[in-house]
Amino acid sequence: MKQWILSPRTIAARLILGVTLSAAIIFAAMLGFNHQRSRALLEKEVASGAHNLALASVNRVEAALGKVARGGATLAHHLENSAVSERELRALLRSVLDNNPEIYGAGVAFEPDAQPGRSRPDAPYLYREGVNLKSTAPEENFDYLHQDRYQIARELGRAGWSEPYYDEGGGNTLMATYSVPIYQGEGAARRIKGVVTTDIALDWLTQDIGAIKVLASGYAFLLSRNGAVVSHPVAEYIMNESIFSLAEARDDAALREVGRRMQRGESDFIAYTTKEGGASRLYYAPVPAVGWTLAIVFPEDELFAEIRRLTLSAAAIGVLGILLMALVVVLIARSITRPLTALVAVAGQMSGGNFDVKLPSQLAHDEVGDLSRAFAAMNLALREHIRQLVDTTSAKERIEGELSIAHDIQMAILPKMLPPFPHHEAYRLFAAIEPAKEVGGDFYDFFQIDDEHLGLVIADASGKGVPASLFMAVTKTLIKATARAGRSPAEILDEVNDELASNNDRSMFITVFFGVLDLVSGELCYTNAGHNPPLIIASRGEPSYFPRSRQLVLGAMEGYQYRCDSLWLTPGDRLFLYTDGITEAMNENDEQYSEQGLMATLVAQGPCGLVELVGATVAAVKAFAGTAPQSDDITIMAVEYLGGAKSTAVHVAAGDRNSS
Amino acid sequence: MSACLAIGRSCVTRWMLCCFLVLLSAGGRADEPLKKASFIPLWFPQAQFAGYYLALEKGIYRRHGIDLTIIDGGSQRPPAEYLRDGRADFAALWLTTALQRRSQGLALVNIAQVVQQSSMLLLAIKSSGINTLADMAGQKVGLWGGDFDIPPRAAFDRNGVQVNVVHQSATVNLFLRGGVAVTSAMSYNEYHTIVNSGVNPDELTVFPLKDHGANFPEDGLYALQQTVQRDPQLVDAFVRASLEGWDYAFAHPDEAIDVVLRVMRKARLPANRMHQQWMLSRLQDVMRPAGNGGEAGVLSRQDYQAVTSELQRTGLVRDVVDYDAFVRRPAPGPSRP
Repeated sequence: MKQWILSPRTIAARLILGVTLSAAIIFAAMLGFNHQRSRALLEKEVASGAHNLALASVNRVEAALGKVARGGATLAHHLENSAVSERELRALLRSVLDNNPEIYGAGVAFEPDAQPGRSRPDAPYLYREGVNLKSTAPEENFDYLHQDRYQIARELGRAGWSEPYYDEGGGNTLMATYSVPIYQGEGAARRIKGVVTTDIALDWLTQDIGAIKVLASGYAFLLSRNGAVVSHPVAEYIMNESIFSLAEARDDAALREVGRRMQRGESDFIAYTTKEGGASRLYYAPVPAVGWTLAIVFPEDELFAEIRRLTLSAAAIGVLGILLMALVVVLIARSITRPLTALVAVAGQMSGGNFDVKLPSQLAHDEVGDLSRAFAAMNLALREHIRQLVDTTSAKERIEGELSIAHDIQMAILPKMLPPFPHHEAYRLFAAIEPAKEVGGDFYDFFQIDDEHLGLVIADASGKGVPASLFMAVTKTLIKATARAGRSPAEILDEVNDELASNNDRSMFITVFFGVLDLVSGELCYTNAGHNPPLIIASRGEPSYFPRSRQLVLGAMEGYQYRCDSLWLTPGDRLFLYTDGITEAMNENDEQYSEQGLMATLVAQGPCGLVELVGATVAAVKAFAGTAPQSDDITIMAVEYLGGAKSTAVHVAAGDRNSS
Repeated sequence: MSACLAIGRSCVTRWMLCCFLVLLSAGGRADEPLKKASFIPLWFPQAQFAGYYLALEKGIYRRHGIDLTIIDGGSQRPPAEYLRDGRADFAALWLTTALQRRSQGLALVNIAQVVQQSSMLLLAIKSSGINTLADMAGQKVGLWGGDFDIPPRAAFDRNGVQVNVVHQSATVNLFLRGGVAVTSAMSYNEYHTIVNSGVNPDELTVFPLKDHGANFPEDGLYALQQTVQRDPQLVDAFVRASLEGWDYAFAHPDEAIDVVLRVMRKARLPANRMHQQWMLSRLQDVMRPAGNGGEAGVLSRQDYQAVTSELQRTGLVRDVVDYDAFVRRPAPGPSRP
């Protein structure tokens, strides 16, 4: 079972691997896409939220700054348009501070030449200390002329905010000053008279901006126009660091560029790395009135914590789902493979020849069930088929046995030995039959009709098998029974033909050469009923075929009148009788041995004994046929006429089927 | 066994050597009480004076027999006046300032010349079209008060440029807001402040005064003539300890910056590490300029002649004393190798 699960060659393993893997990939892709989309959406939302948050803070800062600036502008306007005494000026400053709680301190400083006749410059300055208003000591010289809060407004000729700075006189308050230049005179005589300054303490701003909570650890910070840190949760940064010094410390050119964009009054939502290396988002927006920048840092891990949790939950559900799916796949795969495995076992047994097997039962109505049922049906059919095959085979074996017996009988009825007739020294005779695989219709026969006459028969019944052999046996018996002294071969064959032709429903026929040799005179009287022409081999001369005198085959037509031909043999002449198994023997190229082939063999053989002659001829035919199967019986009968001398019969019949 | 013995023996030897050295350095002066002295640098605490703060912090002054107090400098605290009034025994002054004060009658003696070169720059925004010193003619140029305007005035005089001088404050804001076209800046200080206020270096045109005929050595250590006469050993000890402090500061820049930042925070000054690092590095450039064959801490006769003649030519200084009357070289001593 282990191997069943693990091996990648099993269906189950492929299913699990394929289905689970593709499901996991699809799921991961969907999850990733969803995560990214959610982040993008959230980021958009956060950007808009950051914008609103920043806008609110910027508005608060601007509102406070605006009040301080307006206080200064109003005072400047008043001082520009009306001459005031020293006492009135101090009262004015007091009322400015009284009416504007946002203003931390207010003062006026004059150009040295604006107040001629004074030994000391008049530069009153009032500031808050707790709930009281305090006044600084009178200036002793014109040092203030070279201080930013005076000089920048003077040199630029316009009102503006200073960089934040620590108040030297007061209690180390971080503050910024709005300076307004005031003028006297008109047209070409217009000259600067002094500068009105109103201060704002930035402590509350630091607290206000510091109080902005963004998620758990996000924060906001405020940068001055020079990029200096005005407000930051890290107190150490305030007025010590600028965005440019931070960029320099981190060797971060991009951060420096961000700082420059801030200075240009741009706003953006960008990726940002905190000092601790935390990935964050930074939103920054300008505070236009002062040229400062408010920036809000969103820690990325907190920003996307919700989405990450969501994604993790989804991933957990997905993993569980995939595991469940894998389990289902395993179950389905097992429901498929278990019957298959059983079938494989059964098929193995069946291939071993055991058809008595137990097939899977309780089959589902699916393809595997169909396969099992088909397998069961096949098993049944195979068993039936094999049973039939066994029957058929036994029947065939019986028939083959009977055919063998028939063949044995056929061979047995051929003469094996010359009967003890007188004058048998007048001839020598040798015959051989080489039966084909099947029972054939060839036969030869020789018998002494009387003391002086030798009957020679060679025949070939039409067809093959038992009918042919029976027909042959009938013919042989009829010829032998009909042959009597004094009757010519023609007369005998007339009678045999009539007998065979009558009741010959199956239209069988037989070719017969029947000759009667007068042992005394050497006359051969013969009738050739459709058989191959025999050869005569003169004792001193070439073999030659009998003259063509072929007549109708036996059994074809009742009442046919056969005629006799005759020729004379001299002592030493030989007769060579054969069936068409010789001349029609085929080689692999479907060529027939033919009469010319036989003639050539006999010519080449030259003078020799009858046994050698017959044996050589059979060998020649077999050599010609090569591997081509023998289709017909090969039958040869050779007779040598010896004349007055006593004849001896030598016969060796190759009648044994097994030895052929 | 023998290795153990060897280690043991070497440890003991080293320990004994340490004891001996301590006795030599501390015990050598144990019979003399520490001499009280005070020193005022020419500006607010920053890395420009790292050597002195380090010498104090690391006990180098004490080792030289001085119980030194470093007075916080500042824009409102002219060191020459502290010397004059006896509020400080030693002061750091620019050579030009010292020469001017001497010509005005204050009996200052240069006891060491720490910075051998000028670090002063004039800066203009490149887009303003000021590309040469001559382009500054008629422009508003910010110059510091407190005698720091002598080198640029000398440069303008030498180059025949008439500018509209604006007395600028210690901040760079007037320049950044466009109140002046040109500003004075120290390469180790304001230049970096401006860059770290968002102005890229390639947006600035830089005029180093040393390239415009005013390469005046800057920070030097000064004492009144009477102090030198009264206690020359103290003067020498102070100089040696101060220069040793500088050696230590350059050898341990991180520690030096830590000390400087601490002093700055104590004085409630904006303290930025990157800025102080920059400053210490630039100071090292001008205190140990490559290829300068001169003796460290000593104002060369040649530099003195060049500066005095230039200042006299421009009329920024009327009378100059002889080099030997103005410069005191420390007596050869064993403390400083």
